[in-house]
Amino acid sequence: MNDTVDFLIIGGGPAGLAAAVEADGLGLSTLVLDEQPAPGGQIYRGIESVHPETRSVLGDDYGQGAALAGAFRASKADYRPGAAVWRVDEDGSVAYSQDGKGATATGTRILVATGAMERPTPIPGWTLPGVMTAGGAQVLLKSSGMVPSGPVVVAGCGPLALLITQQLIRAGADVVALLETTKFGDYLSAAPHLLTALRARDYLRKGRQLRRDIRAAGVPIHSGVDALAAVGEDKVRAVSFKRNGARSEIAVDTLLLHFGVAPNTQITRQVFCDHEWYEPQRYWRPVRDAWGATSQAAIAVAGDGGGIDGAVAAALTGRLAALDAAHRQGKIDQAERDRRAAPLRDEFATHQAIRPLLDALFPPPPQICAPPDDTTIVCRCEEISAGDIKEAVALGAMGPNQLKAFTRCGMGPCQGRMCGLTVSELIAKARGETVEETGYYRIRPPIKPVTLGELAAMAAMAAMAD
Amino acid sequence: MFRRLHDPEPEAVTINFEGEILKVGVGETVAAAVLTANPGHSRTTPVTGAPRLPFCMMGACFDCLMEIDGIPNRQACMEIVQDGMKVRRQEGKRQLSA
Repeated sequence: MNDTVDFLIIGGGPAGLAAAVEADGLGLSTLVLDEQPAPGGQIYRGIESVHPETRSVLGDDYGQGAALAGAFRASKADYRPGAAVWRVDEDGSVAYSQDGKGATATGTRILVATGAMERPTPIPGWTLPGVMTAGGAQVLLKSSGMVPSGPVVVAGCGPLALLITQQLIRAGADVVALLETTKFGDYLSAAPHLLTALRARDYLRKGRQLRRDIRAAGVPIHSGVDALAAVGEDKVRAVSFKRNGARSEIAVDTLLLHFGVAPNTQITRQVFCDHEWYEPQRYWRPVRDAWGATSQAAIAVAGDGGGIDGAVAAALTGRLAALDAAHRQGKIDQAERDRRAAPLRDEFATHQAIRPLLDALFPPPPQICAPPDDTTIVCRCEEISAGDIKEAVALGAMGPNQLKAFTRCGMGPCQGRMCGLTVSELIAKARGETVEETGYYRIRPPIKPVTLGELAAMAAMAAMAD
Repeated sequence: MFRRLHDPEPEAVTINFEGEILKVGVGETVAAAVLTANPGHSRTTPVTGAPRLPFCMMGACFDCLMEIDGIPNRQACMEIVQDGMKVRRQEGKRQLSA
């Protein structure tokens, strides 16, 4: 089976869904390949099946996803859930697995809408059972109506850490503290951006409200926390941290870590799009124009996979990319594309106005970017520590790809997703160069594990077609 | 480790996790179902045998690898429960079987 469509979208989050609805309305044949079992991505995860009480716990912003998922279901876009894309080629052909079978599809234009991932959180003990990403706990709440059963601490920084803390409290979890790495100096750095942020004052209001809700529930927020570590033998039993120079411990059953999100660049890297280093939040993003077009002629990016702007902005960039696809394929002329884009751009600018403030207020702390403790595991799959990486650099490893040959770092099943950012930072620091000079892992297909059975099913179908 | 806010629907499915019968929700992932069973760990690592549980729940980290219906190395956070499913911990590397 090799379907050919005008517009092939990878990812069913806000960017992918909004792009599909827009493209369908513009007369483009549209296919959405989504790894998840239902529309919504991670931000609107479980939006069609969530328990009404859980939905109200999660709040209004989450509820917004229902309208988007509904519009998508009402469109003529071909939707394939549970489809894991493992290869994208420059000519717009895509290989994926669904229901244990490999398949291919081709898009005249490809939209990569694969969103963001939580930044790796390499603190001592982060591999212990009971330590999880805060986003992971949020997925469990959204898609299964579950909360941690014992005492929980949320540690890290960023708006999502606040939101998840508030949601867990409202859902009845035993949250004993929120530990923020945000310090007084970060507020000073953020202050100059306040005026711009007033254009998006709704976000400011929500941020204040989240803090109020957390405090009103009697949950302490400790700011300026440093040297975080998960403590335990076979499972986490406490979180340890320094504050004002003094070390403390809090007993936990579950420690949830969150230090912001970064674009998921596996696909854009695998297909050789150019990438750039975004210094304020210390992540890589694909280089793209105002329509999301990348350096590869057939490939565009929308949503947080192109840079972190949040769910509402993601839907807008998805629509912009769809307008551009329609223009490129002769469905609308340039003037029409630009006319339809104008209000979307205005709205996008409003949402983007909060970003300089958030970027300055919630920088990923040095402890997370380049773990100072040599025993801290960096590569969870191959269990390579920060010390192992520094040693390899001392022995002559010149970059992330050579590091693989020295240590197997980044060569386990996650294919560098959980260590890539940290590895580039550690090597850059050890070699006294910029992260941009150090570069990143070369990502090669298949970007998801494929079984021989899946490949065999693909070959059998190709033979039948011949 | 995790608890449900609401009991599974009456049409809930049952799965077998290491001999224990779990009543779980329709549409739930295997990883979510296992986390309610206080599993201790869901896999041990191939390198040092360290215990792990699901970490990211969104298909990125591969720490939730389990043996599902006899097939090892499945991402439990990406697999939806099916009635009668047999789920086992992935202990170390997958074993090649005939």
